[in-house]
Amino acid sequence: MTLADKDRIFTNLYGYQRWNLPAARLRGDWDNTKALLERGRDAIIQEVKDSGLRGRGGAGFPTGLKWSFMPKEARDGRPSFLVINADESEPGSCKDREIIRHDPHKLIEGALVAGFAMGARAAYIYIRGEYIREAETLFAAVQEAYDAGLIGRNACRSGYDFDVFVHRGAGAYICGEETAMIESLEGKKGQPRLKPPFPAGAGLYGCPTTVNNVESIAVAPTILRRGAAWFSSFGRDNNKGTKLFQISGHVNTPCVVEEAMGIPFSELIDKHCGGIRGGRDNLLAVIPGGSSVPLVPADQIWDAPMDFDGLRALESGLGTAAVIVMDKSTDIVRAIARLSYFYKHESCGQCTPCREGTGWMWRVMERLRTGDAALEEIDMLQAVTKQVEGHTICALGDAAAWPIQGLIRHFRPEIERRIADNQREAAE
Amino acid sequence: MADRHPAPDTPELRARWGQFDWSADNAVLAKAIIARYPAGRQRSAVMPLLDLAQRQVGAAEQTQGWLPLPVIEFVARTLAMPVIRVLEVATFYTMYNIAPVGRFHVQVCGTTPCQLRGSDDIMAACKARGLHVGHTTGDGLFTLTEVECMGNCASAPMVQINDDNYEDLSAESITHILDELAAGRQPKTGSQAPGRHTVEPLGGPTTLRAMVSENHDYRGEW
Repeated sequence: MTLADKDRIFTNLYGYQRWNLPAARLRGDWDNTKALLERGRDAIIQEVKDSGLRGRGGAGFPTGLKWSFMPKEARDGRPSFLVINADESEPGSCKDREIIRHDPHKLIEGALVAGFAMGARAAYIYIRGEYIREAETLFAAVQEAYDAGLIGRNACRSGYDFDVFVHRGAGAYICGEETAMIESLEGKKGQPRLKPPFPAGAGLYGCPTTVNNVESIAVAPTILRRGAAWFSSFGRDNNKGTKLFQISGHVNTPCVVEEAMGIPFSELIDKHCGGIRGGRDNLLAVIPGGSSVPLVPADQIWDAPMDFDGLRALESGLGTAAVIVMDKSTDIVRAIARLSYFYKHESCGQCTPCREGTGWMWRVMERLRTGDAALEEIDMLQAVTKQVEGHTICALGDAAAWPIQGLIRHFRPEIERRIADNQREAAE
Repeated sequence: MADRHPAPDTPELRARWGQFDWSADNAVLAKAIIARYPAGRQRSAVMPLLDLAQRQVGAAEQTQGWLPLPVIEFVARTLAMPVIRVLEVATFYTMYNIAPVGRFHVQVCGTTPCQLRGSDDIMAACKARGLHVGHTTGDGLFTLTEVECMGNCASAPMVQINDDNYEDLSAESITHILDELAAGRQPKTGSQAPGRHTVEPLGGPTTLRAMVSENHDYRGEW
């Protein structure tokens, strides 16, 4: 079944039309938001739960369930906060940028609806520092919403007071991790916190906090308007709804496109991306969910449904649906080694296995790239990735380990060939 | 972790920046920034204030700007924070320049999605034009840095130069952009691919075609 344009949420995805409030209203944003709020907190959370929406930031945690963890009443006078994660930095991911610069009012309206549902007094939108023009648009859109009385005191004349603030990052991938983001918002280095306590208990300024991805928040008003049944009519069980896919690398026409969850990889590529560069037979491998997830070889990915469970069955993941396509011209070891460099660069330095391990793994990957290594080092590298994985406060250590594990799993013969070639050349 | 080294603290640096204070406009902005955070939580404003200070230094120097130690100390005084707490923020986040840069900070993305689309060629074109990673050109115009993923993967390869992105680059288009900037002209920002608007498939969108010519309201079709 093809997704029809009328069922796409982000209708101004490509920015052909203006982002500002009058234009957004004509597209249906801020249409009687007061009535959405009048349904009440529990009804909003139940609708989002029923829609099957899973977090769009990578981990796929059910969004409605996350909202329900927030305290019903403000205990001991502590306010609650909603933090919106717009620190999009995962290599391959470029969807939140399009929402922010072309449809910012969907995000701001979503912030009000979600913030109301969880009883938050304010939302902080943490946008990555490199999104400079995008942040300018977001600041201006928030101001428009204040001026129109949509947020702020008595937001949308609902009687509810709700502020939205924009906070710019300054170039640290790790701040996309929710507790690092909270630390950064508090004016510190972005180093993740140990959990528990979880943010819903003690987050920003020690207050109950929920951190949600931009896309998860921005789809909420449309889900409420069209109903859970509409949203859950797309995709398979446990993998419902529509999703922004971002296809980069060796396709003829890379793009960002909203499609139904579970769309087969082949359909996504052929319909929107003009096919694989050089044709289907030229496909080597795909990283289907952003740099953190293991790659999948061509023969396994072609018919795979692009959703959480479909890609987990291939020992990979949907992540942020950032699909990095590599054709047979790719130096696959170099492609993964470059990701190892990325994680080395972005490690916050807090946990020893990650701080030391990411640098060590990158240096070994660089030698495997040229074949300047011994065969046993492949197993040694694999063993070290297992010692980093799961032994750090946050998931950056895991994210650095998984691409290497995927490479060894699927391309071990290629690594061995380089070592053999290098040894033969040295002997000659 | 990223290797970063702050510029040394010298008497010349103190003489040049020891009296740093907000410009009239920035004093107003700084006050508004601090007001975004709850009372008693003004420390949260350290990142936007460092950015503001870097921009003010840049405006004075005609560069992208950077953060001399006396300016970092000024931000610490403004927020009643220990200097080390501000310095560690300035060194942790890579967008704060802790050493001087040129007028145009050319940041070439080299992470895998850009690499697959030819960032090697972009880097080579920069080198051919006399730019070298980690250095500022002799005329003070260009500083070249290789950066990590900038989130423009569907329009790769890309560079960010000061506040603007240039996407869908080729060796020719980046050379042209650098030439224009050197000549004091502002080149077209965004996608450099002829006919491409933003991140729709090159050749025209495969979805939402009604949006191209009018602000279409799909609600009538629900």
